[in-house]
Amino acid sequence: MKRQPISTGSEWTFELVQTYDREIGRIAKRYALDTYPNQIEIITAEQMMDAYASVGMPIGYNHWSYGKHFLHTEKNYKRGQMGLAYEIVINSDPCIAYLMEENTITMQALVIAHACYGHNSFFKGNYLFRTWTDASSIIDYLVFAKQYITQCEERHGIDAVEDLLDSCHALMNYGVDRYKRPYPISAEEERRRQKEREELLQRQVNDLWRTIPKMGDKDKHEEDSRFPTEPQENILYFLEKHAPLLEPWQREVIRIVRKIAQYFYPQRQTQVMNEGWATFWHYTLLNDLYDEGLVTDGFMFEFLQSHSGVIYQPSFDSPYYSGINPYTLGFSMFRDIRRICENPTEEDKRWFPDIAGSDWLSTVTFAMKSFKDESFILQFLSPKVIRDLKLFSILDDDHRDELEVAAIHDDRGYRLIREQLAAQYNLGNREPNIQIWNINRRGDRSLTLRHTQHDRKPLGESTEEVLKHLHRLWGFDIHLETAQGDQIVSTQHVPPREGHRDLDPRRTDIAISPI
Amino acid sequence: MSYVIDRRLNGKNKSTVNRTRFLRRYREHIKKAVEEAVSRRSITDMEHGEQISIPGRDIDEPVLHHGRGGKQTTVHPGNKEFSSGDRIPRPQGGGGGGAGQGKASNSGEGMDDFVFQITQDEFLDFMFEDLELPNLVKKQLTGSDTFKTVRAGISSEGNPSRINIIRTLRSAHARRIALSGGSRNKLREVKAELARLRIEEPDNLGDIQALEAEITRLRARIDKVPFLDTFDLKYNLLSKQPTPSSKAVMFCLMDVSGSMTQATKDIAKRFFILLYLFLKRNYERIDVVFIRHHTSAREVDEEEFFYSRETGGTIVSSALKLMQEIMAERYPINEWNLYAAQASDGDNWNDDSPICKDILVRQILPFMQYYTYVEITPREHQALWYEYEQVRGMFPESFSQQQIVSAGDIYPVFRELFQRRLVS
Repeated sequence: MKRQPISTGSEWTFELVQTYDREIGRIAKRYALDTYPNQIEIITAEQMMDAYASVGMPIGYNHWSYGKHFLHTEKNYKRGQMGLAYEIVINSDPCIAYLMEENTITMQALVIAHACYGHNSFFKGNYLFRTWTDASSIIDYLVFAKQYITQCEERHGIDAVEDLLDSCHALMNYGVDRYKRPYPISAEEERRRQKEREELLQRQVNDLWRTIPKMGDKDKHEEDSRFPTEPQENILYFLEKHAPLLEPWQREVIRIVRKIAQYFYPQRQTQVMNEGWATFWHYTLLNDLYDEGLVTDGFMFEFLQSHSGVIYQPSFDSPYYSGINPYTLGFSMFRDIRRICENPTEEDKRWFPDIAGSDWLSTVTFAMKSFKDESFILQFLSPKVIRDLKLFSILDDDHRDELEVAAIHDDRGYRLIREQLAAQYNLGNREPNIQIWNINRRGDRSLTLRHTQHDRKPLGESTEEVLKHLHRLWGFDIHLETAQGDQIVSTQHVPPREGHRDLDPRRTDIAISPI
Repeated sequence: MSYVIDRRLNGKNKSTVNRTRFLRRYREHIKKAVEEAVSRRSITDMEHGEQISIPGRDIDEPVLHHGRGGKQTTVHPGNKEFSSGDRIPRPQGGGGGGAGQGKASNSGEGMDDFVFQITQDEFLDFMFEDLELPNLVKKQLTGSDTFKTVRAGISSEGNPSRINIIRTLRSAHARRIALSGGSRNKLREVKAELARLRIEEPDNLGDIQALEAEITRLRARIDKVPFLDTFDLKYNLLSKQPTPSSKAVMFCLMDVSGSMTQATKDIAKRFFILLYLFLKRNYERIDVVFIRHHTSAREVDEEEFFYSRETGGTIVSSALKLMQEIMAERYPINEWNLYAAQASDGDNWNDDSPICKDILVRQILPFMQYYTYVEITPREHQALWYEYEQVRGMFPESFSQQQIVSAGDIYPVFRELFQRRLVS
């Protein structure tokens, strides 16, 4: 076959980008990659830094923390300490992918394969994204959020809104529903219902805090019953619905932060899979282009150099080591699944009897669709990948003086490493388990959180600050109890308790609380 | 189906608002850094921004996360010599490659300082903050170039207030003539024919009526040509020309006798910077001459000017004499604009003050654009101040003096100077 490459130079043009996209799309179709339509946007490095700063949201409300991100990126980039990411891709319909104008045509092709076909098909196929996010309405919702917050700033002042957002951001990871599917958000509906909701919410809150005794209701039972009856893990949701002193607009802002946290929730749980999937596909698609003679040897060299940079995994004792590279782990695992399907060894047949020798494409697609990082690793991490990466597990127990190597890549260790690595990606383990335990409705209105300790892991040093933020939102005392099993081992209070307790509940006004 | 969109021309400063929010939130930190920079930098070095660094813990966003301790298991890659059951000593924090504490924190990068750049404009903004400058002056100091608008002929586009009526009507007239020329000729002919017919064949009513109809038609046609049309409009064109710039020299005079403390000198430095910035916006080339004095005066470089200390008494006239000599020697007044700024704590030999007045009035002020004197002291005025007050009486246009206790008092010294510039 005569080789007729699409391009030979390194410069890109719009025609070339379109041609590459068409060819890559053609091959992707051969592998039945199901994607949203692509919207490829060419941007400059400055615009890329902007996109960075808004943590991947194409439209974000204004907040100083994004400015901090931006300054940080800008400084590192300008000093040449850091290259910008080659791409940013947004989970929306159509799927927006940013290409930087500085890149060569090889890099553009790589990004198209990686983002527009890899990530895009992941967003569309993975069950978490299908369940928890609504790609078609996210942009509209962000527009609504930005407008609403701007209005709040005009009405209530930048400082009040900024303080509120600070507090919400501190609790953002505790603003997601883990088990209940939220109904899809739509900007139009939000706007329509928002007014209604403001009134309704306030009425409910007022009901909860009604202190006038009901006529004829002598039953003490209600007094004693705990509220909430079940511990609540979605702290922001609870505050939005029940915080006694918040104004309607403040509840709405909490809701916005909560919705955005929910939107990012699947991404936090599928980092390894998502990047691994995209890397697996850019590798497969570009190699196919090469096999068809559509790209030159030079193109492949440049591509392979970037590719190996992306999946480079420094070992634990390297100065560049900062944890396991999700690209490496995900890519190795998807490649290995394909290998197990195509050329299973004796070992694979023992470990993966149901996929060894099956059709690789349907197996990887099934894996992509039905798992998140934790379960994906638990299901598919093979002894070969453990050996290739030379994974080992370290047990760090503060009751003992030395670290112990719990398992290495040998027959006895595979299962343990697999379980522990999976647990490492379980958000439930990564984040402290803190829930709203009780509020004192009839007394000082204090709110009690309970931290259920796991393996005696303590809370980090910024906990105190977070509690202050919570105090600002709630308006009354906050108590945090740390429990091992049923036993409470330590407590923290905001405002701190000195000697005996103040009798009158301290109220702090939300706008001027001292943080 | 894919779309490729070129967004490069879209706004690129989407983060400006967020950046401003950040600066606003940490203005105290930034101000402190700017103040340090001002005392570190040369006064002619105000052309670039500044690197600001804020302690990392001050800008952390707190989140709930696990701290170190308890029982933690982590999986790491790249095993070389370990086998299961091995015991290894716990690495101390920060040593080695970080085995055992892979994800100690997800809240940023530990306690390193957060470092970023601010631009020159922002730098000056922060610097001016204490000086209580009016906005107009700020704008003039930070604005890039000064232009004046001059007339530059006629153009066919412009804004309505600049319409040139004569040219507009002239061109309308020409257009009307050009467009209706054919019809007018015809009209003339038809009129002549009609006149002839009325005289020669008054009975030929049919032809006369036809001609009359033709005349009406032609008239209507001529009237249809508009009196004024959009493309007749002519405007006076204005173009921006950079104002002619020339050379200026700035004399910085400072008392360095024992009574001047470093704090006093820092205030003086602000004062010199302000004058320098003002000059830089108005002149292309500026020389700065530093003269310091106690009992005798000497021309020095900037470093020595601000940061070396001497003791002894004070004779101000020595500096004025030296300045006068330098003026005569190097800066002929037909080529140079002369400015001077003098800072002192007000001490002088009593006998010397009348001499100062004399030198100023006779040899210096007649050639000066502006002479400013600041007395940085909370104490009572001494002889020098009262002598200078008389000078001010004689040269109210080009001499100003002010007592300064804090940086906020500096601006009034320059008020007249700036006002003069802003009006002209």
